[in-house]
Amino acid sequence: MSISRRKFLGWMGAAGVGTTLGKKAGAASGKHFTGHPGSLGVLHDMTRCVGCRSCEEACNQVNELPKPEKPFKDTSVLDKKRRADTKAYTVVNRYETSRGTVFRKIQCNHCLEPACASVCFVTAFSKQPAGPVVYDPSVCVGCRYCLMACPFEIPSYQYDDPFTPEVVKCTMCAPRIEKGQLPGCVEACPKEALTFGKRDDLVRIARKRINKYPDRYVDHIYGEKEMGGTSWMYLSGVPFTEIGMREDLGNTPAPALTSGALHVVPMVVALWPVFLTGMYGMTKRREKIAALEKTEAVQAAIEKTDAEGEDKLSAAMEKANTEKKKALEKAEQEKEKAVREALEKAEQEKEKAVREALEKAEQEKEKADDDKTADDKPEEES
Amino acid sequence: MSEETVSVDNKSIFSIFNIITGIIVFVGVILTILRFTKGLGAVTNLSDTQPWGLWIGFDLMCGVALAAGGYTTSAACYIFGMKKYHSAVRPAILTAFLGYSIVLLSLLYDVGRPDRLMMAYPFIIQQGTTSLLFEVGLCVLLYLTVLLLEFTPIPLEWLGLKKARDIAVKVTMVLTIFGVVLSTLHQSSLGALFLIAPSKLHPLWYSPFIAVFFFVSSIIAGLSMVIFEGTLSHRAFHHKMDETYLAEHNPLVLGYAKAASLVLFGYFVIKLMGVAAGNHWYLLSTPYGIWFLVEVLGFVALPCFLFAIGARDKNLNLIKFTAVWSVIGIVLNRLNVCMIAFNWHLPLNERYIPNWMEVALSIFMVTVLILIFRFVATRMPVFYEHPDYKEH
Repeated sequence: MSISRRKFLGWMGAAGVGTTLGKKAGAASGKHFTGHPGSLGVLHDMTRCVGCRSCEEACNQVNELPKPEKPFKDTSVLDKKRRADTKAYTVVNRYETSRGTVFRKIQCNHCLEPACASVCFVTAFSKQPAGPVVYDPSVCVGCRYCLMACPFEIPSYQYDDPFTPEVVKCTMCAPRIEKGQLPGCVEACPKEALTFGKRDDLVRIARKRINKYPDRYVDHIYGEKEMGGTSWMYLSGVPFTEIGMREDLGNTPAPALTSGALHVVPMVVALWPVFLTGMYGMTKRREKIAALEKTEAVQAAIEKTDAEGEDKLSAAMEKANTEKKKALEKAEQEKEKAVREALEKAEQEKEKAVREALEKAEQEKEKADDDKTADDKPEEES
Repeated sequence: MSEETVSVDNKSIFSIFNIITGIIVFVGVILTILRFTKGLGAVTNLSDTQPWGLWIGFDLMCGVALAAGGYTTSAACYIFGMKKYHSAVRPAILTAFLGYSIVLLSLLYDVGRPDRLMMAYPFIIQQGTTSLLFEVGLCVLLYLTVLLLEFTPIPLEWLGLKKARDIAVKVTMVLTIFGVVLSTLHQSSLGALFLIAPSKLHPLWYSPFIAVFFFVSSIIAGLSMVIFEGTLSHRAFHHKMDETYLAEHNPLVLGYAKAASLVLFGYFVIKLMGVAAGNHWYLLSTPYGIWFLVEVLGFVALPCFLFAIGARDKNLNLIKFTAVWSVIGIVLNRLNVCMIAFNWHLPLNERYIPNWMEVALSIFMVTVLILIFRFVATRMPVFYEHPDYKEH
């Protein structure tokens, strides 16, 4: 039994029906996912950040990234707005705000329900229970849907690599965490602007700081609920929009945005063929009925024509019969007349012939008598 | 002597066509080599903020939408029983099949690892079932197979393989239903791809209904393309068309104009509903709002009206013009969603504008499509019924 069930599921999978079962679409279950228990994260307190770029340098070293054009000590790079890219998993930007200069460190936020993982059609991204969102380059096809989907604009693509381009993004130093080490950037921060720990604890710490220094902080932990929550969270002294962080993202986790559309798929697969076959059936039936009606109409027409034909035929027959009779009568009369005439003629001819014959015989007889008298005479003279 | 000059003249006209296509193909081949030796960065303006550019916005999105004539025509003929459209099925299927093939070819240029896409290896083993792209990929792959099967009677008749051809024709009905199901799914899912990015796509284009928008507008694209493609084919392949095709063509154009007008009307209404559902009326007075109105009034409402007038007055020229107009409208919509209204929140200097090489390769793709279509239509029974298979 178990084998056939497995086989069945295999077929379903092969037929793409797997699409409809959505084992990873947490949002589809209607249950609110608040992260793996005990998962780790980082709290970035921007009121403490001084923009020294130590984190950038550490990140560059632990991840063995290419050396930048300008050294990490050079803060002139902060004059330009930057984003994380293939050469830097993290960057620090400077913002002039209503409450002075603020520095913000940018890197992957390691969402609890990541958009990149939800849209990847080969599951190259996964959320580890420990917290990091990691990428498996060995299966990536390079469609870059993850770049499209990420609400924080983090993943970056190696467009200049012609043969084995990969998506690049912060790994939260997952390999280091496994070994019990801190992420590179957290370890390097001289101002303790970055706090590493269990996410639940970080939320509590952040809340405590806000409560303790209400004037120093905006009353909001960015990342606690944004896009369903992120493992990296932020505290700020100025409204987040002033430092380029979007507050219009909403709290809906990314998979929930597409789960509705995915739910329609099995309905279409199941009902569309029914509807279409029904339409086809109705069309066929209509055609059949039309054909039937046509044959019936033809039949009726034939019958009508037949009846009319018979009437006509009998009339014609009658007419022909009377005509025949008439003709026969006429012929009889003509025959009689002809016979009579012929008889009369024959009678006359007979009479004539007899008379002529008698006359001729009379004449011949007279002639013969004359000859006889002439013969007698010369005998007397000699 | 005079005949000879005429034929020479004809040849020289064709050689102008050949020179232009020759140049396009030559440039295309050079750029192809550049793409596959130097990488995407060398030939495109794609960036981390705009990872999908012209090749997705035009080649894929428009290619798939404009190839919708295949499923709309075969559904009209075989499922809804409009048998007078039978002669239009083959050109439509051929266009669709070639369209999807070109879409796939473009994708091989666009993805970073085309080798993996071709092998379909991680795609089958590692099914990303929560991804709408998985659904799109699966449906497009299956639909391409369906189109190939629907297309096979044409070369089989050409090659004279009667038995194989008869089998291929027998499964038409099943294939048609399959085709409609798969088309419904992936046409709509192409729109649903953008559901994940409400923060990047302008609210006038982003809508929970975007999947429905894409599906309904694909029907418009399909109907308009069949009319447009018919007009083009008449110029190029008139001598190849049999009496049935020619006799059925004008009624078909009228019928399709009526259908397109009706669907455009429905599409117009649901587009307004999309604005109403998000209560985004206030955005209509912004520059993006005016651009949205240009699309919805100029390229949805207007062709709806013009198709209706054309059908009523039996004005074939107006209908043919409107078909082109509404095809442009669909292209505009896809480019809006994918490129123009996408990343609207970014300052202009961070926005994406395709470079000339991306444009040239897109033109190259369209040219390749036309060349293959010409090759098939001049040799195989597309516009005429093969004398041996009249009974179909």
